[in-house]
Amino acid sequence: MTAELVLQIVLTVAAGLVGVGLFGALSQQTIVMVMMGLELVLNGVLLAGGAAWYFLAPELPDTQVLVVVALVVMAVEMAMGFAVTVAFYRARQLDMIDMASDLRG
Amino acid sequence: MLSDLSGWAIAAVAALGVLSVAAGVAVFVVDSMARATFALLASFLAVAGILLALDLVYLAVVTALMMTIEMAIMAVFMIMFMMNPAGLMPMTMVHNAKGSAVTGAGAFVVLVVGIWTIDWPTRDASRPADSTRQLGEAIMGSHMLVMLVIGIGLFTTILAGTVLATSRGRYDRFGADLTAKRPDDPVPGGLPR
Repeated sequence: MTAELVLQIVLTVAAGLVGVGLFGALSQQTIVMVMMGLELVLNGVLLAGGAAWYFLAPELPDTQVLVVVALVVMAVEMAMGFAVTVAFYRARQLDMIDMASDLRG
Repeated sequence: MLSDLSGWAIAAVAALGVLSVAAGVAVFVVDSMARATFALLASFLAVAGILLALDLVYLAVVTALMMTIEMAIMAVFMIMFMMNPAGLMPMTMVHNAKGSAVTGAGAFVVLVVGIWTIDWPTRDASRPADSTRQLGEAIMGSHMLVMLVIGIGLFTTILAGTVLATSRGRYDRFGADLTAKRPDDPVPGGLPR
């Protein structure tokens, strides 16, 4: 099997993760489920970054560094998402984004 | 050029790829919030397995360890906040499902068309003996700026998380119109506005 074909298959899997995650982040009503959708999108970024390093530029560390950045973004998103969820719940006893639509702005 | 992955590695990558997407779909299909969390964990572990097959040992281990702990914390939050944590009754809590599905499928189609029509470059360069060493030397050398920004970002996250977690905001300290001369703190000596 050629390297290009394997790369394309792995990137297709990553695109699938991005698509499913995007659907989840846009369609879910509970805040934590929206965060899970965003995590799935970033999961696809991890996979695509790893594949790009292995198949396209293994002599350069750049794509590995990109994967590290994606991991950090996941951690920050998780921490801030939970902090906002707790703050929301404490202030208004709500856990769904539709109930906070007055914050749109 | 032929891939230098062995047949077993390619089979593992394909199987784990199917598993990761299937688990990702399961996150939004299962009724129980706890099950959704563990489906997401399965998706992350499958991606970590693919990274392992691609020689990225350090990143694979970090992904697996970080996501296992993260999903364990997420399961606790799910059970704390969600109304149907055990999935005892069927429920869906979605809005604009059709538009979201169209957007997700559209993004997937655009990416796949790009992936299968681009003429990908072939690689002539040599592979490093140790990918972990390559990453470590990069973040402590040529890519140190990335590491500095990450450090500041994580520190800011700690501060912002603490600010959001405190139950007493400025209105509690300085009154509804924020005109109090001294903050009303349980322990005196807090910073002025």
